[in-house]
Amino acid sequence: MGFLKRPFLAFLALAALGLIVNFGFNAYIQLIVLFILVNCLLSMSLNLVNGYTGQFSLGHAGFMAIGAYFTAFTSSKIHFLPDSLQLLEFFVFIFGAGLAAALAGFIVGLPSLRLKGDYLAIVTLGFGEIIRVALLNMDFLGGPRGYSGIPSFGPFMVSFLFASVWILICFFTIWRIVHSSHGRGFLSVREDEIAAEAMGINTTEMKVKAFVLSSFFAGVAGGLFAHFTAFISPSSFTFLQSVNAVIMVVLGGMGSMTGAIVAAVLITALPELLRPLQDLTGIDLRMVIYSLALILMMILRPQGLFGGYELTDLWRKYVRRSA
Amino acid sequence: MKRLLPILCVLFFLGACTKNTNEIVIGEYDSLTGSDATFGLSSNKGVRMAFDEINDAGGIKGKKISLITLDDQGKNEEAASATTRLITHNKVIAIIGGVASGRSKAAAPIAQAHKVPFVSPSSTNPDVTKAGDYIFRVCFIDPFQGLVMAKFARENLNLKKVAILRDVKNDYSVGLSNVFKREFADRGGQIVADLSYQAGDIDFKAQLTEIRSKSPDGIYIPGYYTEVGLIAQQARQLGIKAPLMGGDGWDSDKLSEIGKQAIDGNYYSNHYTTESADPAVTEFIKKFKAKYNETPDALAALGYDAARILAQAIERAPDLSGKAIRDELAKTKDFPGVTGKITLNENRDAVKSAVIIQVEGKNRKFITTINP
Amino acid sequence: MHDFVQHIINGISLGSIYALIALGYTMVYGILKMINFAHSDVYMIGAFAAYYVARWLGIEAQPGIASLLMLILVSMLACGFLGFLIERFAYRPLRKAPKLNILITAIGVSLFLQYSGQVVFGADPKVFPEVMTDYVLLTFGPVELRSFDLTVLGVSLVAMLCLEFLIKKTKVGRAMRAVSSNALVASMLGVNTDKIIAFTFVVGSSLAGVGSVLVGMKYPKIDPLMGMMIGLKAFVAAVLGGIGNIGGAVLGALIMGLSEEMVVAYLSSTYRDAFAFGILIVILIFKPAGLLGKYSVEKV
Repeated sequence: MGFLKRPFLAFLALAALGLIVNFGFNAYIQLIVLFILVNCLLSMSLNLVNGYTGQFSLGHAGFMAIGAYFTAFTSSKIHFLPDSLQLLEFFVFIFGAGLAAALAGFIVGLPSLRLKGDYLAIVTLGFGEIIRVALLNMDFLGGPRGYSGIPSFGPFMVSFLFASVWILICFFTIWRIVHSSHGRGFLSVREDEIAAEAMGINTTEMKVKAFVLSSFFAGVAGGLFAHFTAFISPSSFTFLQSVNAVIMVVLGGMGSMTGAIVAAVLITALPELLRPLQDLTGIDLRMVIYSLALILMMILRPQGLFGGYELTDLWRKYVRRSA
Repeated sequence: MKRLLPILCVLFFLGACTKNTNEIVIGEYDSLTGSDATFGLSSNKGVRMAFDEINDAGGIKGKKISLITLDDQGKNEEAASATTRLITHNKVIAIIGGVASGRSKAAAPIAQAHKVPFVSPSSTNPDVTKAGDYIFRVCFIDPFQGLVMAKFARENLNLKKVAILRDVKNDYSVGLSNVFKREFADRGGQIVADLSYQAGDIDFKAQLTEIRSKSPDGIYIPGYYTEVGLIAQQARQLGIKAPLMGGDGWDSDKLSEIGKQAIDGNYYSNHYTTESADPAVTEFIKKFKAKYNETPDALAALGYDAARILAQAIERAPDLSGKAIRDELAKTKDFPGVTGKITLNENRDAVKSAVIIQVEGKNRKFITTINP
Repeated sequence: MHDFVQHIINGISLGSIYALIALGYTMVYGILKMINFAHSDVYMIGAFAAYYVARWLGIEAQPGIASLLMLILVSMLACGFLGFLIERFAYRPLRKAPKLNILITAIGVSLFLQYSGQVVFGADPKVFPEVMTDYVLLTFGPVELRSFDLTVLGVSLVAMLCLEFLIKKTKVGRAMRAVSSNALVASMLGVNTDKIIAFTFVVGSSLAGVGSVLVGMKYPKIDPLMGMMIGLKAFVAAVLGGIGNIGGAVLGALIMGLSEEMVVAYLSSTYRDAFAFGILIVILIFKPAGLLGKYSVEKV
């Protein structure tokens, strides 16, 4: 069971963090922390497609929406376990949400991944919009009125640990895959598709695999989001949400897992951190500042915060050397 | 970025400074930016005006009201975090909600969980107040407004065949359309077409040409004035002469500025009429014009009423606890609001009559009152 | 039958609106290979510039062709200048950065314009002044052909021809094509690439200015988020026609407008956008570079 050591340690660390937030901060900060976890999942999953495989997807919100609606519907309609095991039930439903999103990812990915660059971006964008329009028109899911009454996990600590488990599953799955010989295939597709093909790598298969796995975790993120807000509607899953996910990946540094996490924290927290500014200026300038920060960031540090490195690489590079 | 972070942290804690204890802190969240901002800003103006007036008159219980308004950017999750922030960070004793029902549905359960009274000015979806006994609203709900227009179209205008053009992105519009469709059919009318557009569209000729081919006697368009003005123009260009009908989303001066002559002669249901001789209404319009230099729309009037009903309840309450204010809110009866006499029923919804208005250039002609 | 003709007219008129904006997208893409997401917001600024100038000059009182031309000129200047600024301060520093960064910057600029627009202009819609009177040109029974529809179509076709001429027949155009195919070699051969790229942006943005006044004239309601939806559609149209191809943009836009119209008329108005995107996806799957785009096989 040696391979479980690191995830277990990471879980303990996250749990400790959760305890601090639980007792040290109010419900507002706690809610933001939960949204940060959802966005971490989103950015890590998109990082697999955008960062590692080099394919450009603009439809992540669509997969998130599928996951969210799947969870919302099943968890408020179906009960197959006793109440004491409800969390397990939620886990199963969120796994199902991931599978549903993965299936959608497969259907979208198979035909569209032979397109390149901007064309792929547009097709994924199109699929995202189609999913949103379809949700608007499904009356049993509430249409534009949204879906309310989604059961919550209860106290913050439970929600936090539940989400942490998924964060770890996502992190270590992607980490292990990318650092396996199989996963090098993803990187080879990003670096040079023709060379990769010449080396006998089935590039389309690689792309579809990355896309499906990425959709899976986007679906999971959507499922968690549904539980955290207890109410979802199609307006939560617009094109801007997909753009936000891309921003997190690029800001973190393409192909850096830890970068994606740090960027997710920043992007989620920044608009909230800027809230007090409104008391001073009287008008809401949050998004103006946010967009300016984004432009400056891209100009001053185009490789992203971590630029393809991981937190651990930087640790080795700077801290160990100076020691 | 690294240099920016400490500054942000300082800003963050600035907001946490202790508030003056001689103030009553009330929270409001609304869409001040984003695609619904024009409605959120209207509602916010009404709320601010109400509290300014109360403060000028000496406040509540001898204390001034301090209003904290947060923006939700038109996003449900932002409404949730803004509400949580207002409650746990700013320690508000009551919350005035935003315009859209979707945001209210995300925010209301949070207010309920913290037992903070929540008054929604204009979320008309029936489900909003089902979140719990701390959630109130001062507007009538979709089923009533849809019924009003169906009744008026069938009985007063004597229409037989009506087409519906709904904004599919907007829960308010979909809610009204569904009710209208059912009620109009129940009264022996016939719905000949049911088409949709999306808020933000500018061209509606495809839908209107399709409607024209069914030659209806009237068209029900329960959308917002931002689109209705254009729809009316294009309908008249296509030679559709049937009257257009809508809901309170039409109520704005901009409606006739955008729609010009095309919008004249059409009907909509509203909360109040500017022609009313009721001093509450004339006084409100006069003061609003003086303060903001524009005619108030329905959302501003509802924001104003929501704020005043809340203030009254706080004044009556024995203490400032959430429970005490809630109990007083629930007792609100025959409150003389701008938008009519407001009584909150056992579902914490407002029971009041609606009026039918006809557009006549800049004027809004009062046609009839329909009681619940 | 006459409904069908009416739908065709509506569709073409909507398509030509998309075309005007799609031309700007495709122009910048053709030279720089970048999606200028801020284009639709430049268009919004153009509409507001024309709105304020019209009110300042009191043009709203005197509709006519002169006022129209005047406002178009104002809007072109405002948009062209804004395009220049955006290129100089947001995109030029990123010339050598990965494509995704430029895209994110473009999105940043777009959000910046949208939200500062809401702060500066206010979020409520403004009523665009009546610069021209719309009148009926031809009538066949209930079907009418209106002057605005024809004007917009005419302007977008003229703009297309002008752009074609500019790119194919002039010296600047040759430089633009050189920069497009290989910026490094072009600069070695004495082309001032920075200047050419800036010029491309100015031209593309002033097209947005033309579009904004024509749209304002036809649909007299402007607000800070007006570019969002129409921009997305126009952009999709440009991709549909083969982004980078001038004629393709117009063709794609017309197809887009017509298909939206026909979906509403004969299939379902609620699924309009889903069908529009569906058509795009189907076309791209069979023609991966759009209708008129050239699919370049990568050589090693």
